[in-house]
Amino acid sequence: MAAQNLPGTVGTITNGQPDPNAVLDVQELRVHYETPGGAVIAVNGVSFKVRRGETMGLVGESGCGKTTAAMAVLHMVQPPGRIVGGHIFINGTDIVPLSEAELREFRWRQAALIPQGAMNSLNPVMKVRDQIGDGIETHEGKQPKDVLKRRILDLFGTVGLSSRVYDLYPHELSGGMKQRVCIAMAIALNPPLVIADEPTSALDVVVQRIIAQTLLEVKARLNVSMILIGHDMGLQAQLVDRIAVMYAGNMAEIAPVKSAFAEPMHPYTQLLIASIPSIKHKKPLKVTEGLTHDLRNPPPGCMFQLRCPRAMDVCRQVRPPLRELKPDHQVACHLYA
Amino acid sequence: MRGLTKEYVIRRLFMYVLTIWLGSTLIFLIPRLVPGDPIAAMVTRMQQQAGYVENSAEIIAAWRARFGLDAPLSIQYLRFLRNSVTLDLGYSLTQFPTKVTEQISKSLPWTIGLLALATVISFILGNTIGALMAWRRTPRAVKSLLPLSLTFTSVPFFMLGILLLYVFAFGLKWFPVGGGYGRGVTMGLNLEFIGSALYHAVLPALAIIISSMGFWALGMRGMMITTAGEDYMVLADAKALTPARIFWGYGVRNSILPQVTALALALGGIVGGAVLVEYIFSYPGMGYLLYQGIVNNDYTIIQGVVFILILTTATAVLILDLLYPFVDPRISYQRR
Repeated sequence: MAAQNLPGTVGTITNGQPDPNAVLDVQELRVHYETPGGAVIAVNGVSFKVRRGETMGLVGESGCGKTTAAMAVLHMVQPPGRIVGGHIFINGTDIVPLSEAELREFRWRQAALIPQGAMNSLNPVMKVRDQIGDGIETHEGKQPKDVLKRRILDLFGTVGLSSRVYDLYPHELSGGMKQRVCIAMAIALNPPLVIADEPTSALDVVVQRIIAQTLLEVKARLNVSMILIGHDMGLQAQLVDRIAVMYAGNMAEIAPVKSAFAEPMHPYTQLLIASIPSIKHKKPLKVTEGLTHDLRNPPPGCMFQLRCPRAMDVCRQVRPPLRELKPDHQVACHLYA
Repeated sequence: MRGLTKEYVIRRLFMYVLTIWLGSTLIFLIPRLVPGDPIAAMVTRMQQQAGYVENSAEIIAAWRARFGLDAPLSIQYLRFLRNSVTLDLGYSLTQFPTKVTEQISKSLPWTIGLLALATVISFILGNTIGALMAWRRTPRAVKSLLPLSLTFTSVPFFMLGILLLYVFAFGLKWFPVGGGYGRGVTMGLNLEFIGSALYHAVLPALAIIISSMGFWALGMRGMMITTAGEDYMVLADAKALTPARIFWGYGVRNSILPQVTALALALGGIVGGAVLVEYIFSYPGMGYLLYQGIVNNDYTIIQGVVFILILTTATAVLILDLLYPFVDPRISYQRR
């Protein structure tokens, strides 16, 4: 599928060639969920990059396709979903056309996942050590027991788990400890890219901060690149270098985190930031009017037109392309045409 | 020991004894609630056959005394309890001089051999088929063929037994028509006997396996579908573990837990024998013994078989309860 023929094409950013400076270069990614009522367009020609050593935040409301996009990066979209177009370059290799066997070589070694529900992401009938160990041994072959043990205990040290956890089962751990186990698992093979899918959403606020801190430390120590999916704008502000805002399967804005919060350009980003509660000014919660359109049948023009407070005539006809309006700050909106 | 406490084990053993006591008390009481008694029934039968039996009242009294049926109920009960503890199950009524325990000890090995083997094979096959039916990576061709293997589940197994007999024993003459071992083979631990016993067990075992496989497969399929939606399955995929490891270590290992409970109950129940299968194949097991006991009104045999059944079911459940913390580490009997 030629990227140039699709609506929402970004032009200069995507050319089917990987960017050598990016660990991850997603170009014109399209993911559809096939349903009896037609294809649900979950990711609609999305492009973004993650640079070496960088943390990129991927935000948007529930159902906007951020998790689908991230799972696509691992080529793990759950059926009936599938990648119908685009390129995903990880360290220069396009993984979209790879076979199942080739993908097994690449997953976990090149891109690891810190899952959304750490509470249920560990196999309840296996000891923690075996679950970290099987990931390592699948990719690196059988290892002497003491070598493996030292390695797992090292990982525990990195993520701040006591060595006591080595012999425990998942149900004997707290939520925060389970999340740390998941982080330890993800960095076991030293992958260049880690995808953290709402790693703190199931935890209470205090533990959230501690886990976030752990993530930052791990990232700094190992110099991995990270995608941090979430909808907590406050957490994102503290953790990420750049932020990408998705709406209904489309990329609305990609910007360095400072400028995204200081001068958000897309009306949706502005609404997201305005909706962060503040204790100083009690303000009515800014709820965006209206609902998202039916994802099976997107309207022509901008995806956000139905809820946008500043929608114009052109928004109902032409899909705004993602354009770089300031250095490193890309927006898809007709307001700045 | 994981999840087990001394207190729990003691409590559990007490429950075990209590279950057996209650069960055996029931099998003591129920026949005695029925009007008449087996001796009178036997003499009546003799009268029907011979037309007239001399001194029938005296015969009845003498036999009653012999079987201890003349004592008051409480004394009978105490004797019964003492005999149960020493596993003395009395004499067979129809084959008088033989003891019930003797009959049972002759039948029990056959039944345990046939049914334990058949149940375990059926458990393994059924669960594998069920798990494969629910597994996303199962090749489409295999997936569409698997349900065919379960069609015979809807055929009652005695019908299936007759069908197997007709085709493989009567028609093709591949297997013997019945019995536990070949004629002229001496019983004992020699290859000839074991081979003959296995050869005779093929058809009855097949009947049981084919007809009970679906039970395991359907349960497993449902569990496996539930497990497939778990977060740890997604993470196992992301870790790029081999499909075999995800299937067995993550999918089946978690889905099998409720099936293990059912297996323990099934294994506990097997000493009752598969009455109809054993009857059709004239297999010398507990089911056949029970069938003959029922047909001949042999109360002591029936009582003995049921007693052994209670004993093994309770034992199987006891073993399961004590082993379960090792099967599922989340189960713990410790009070927290």
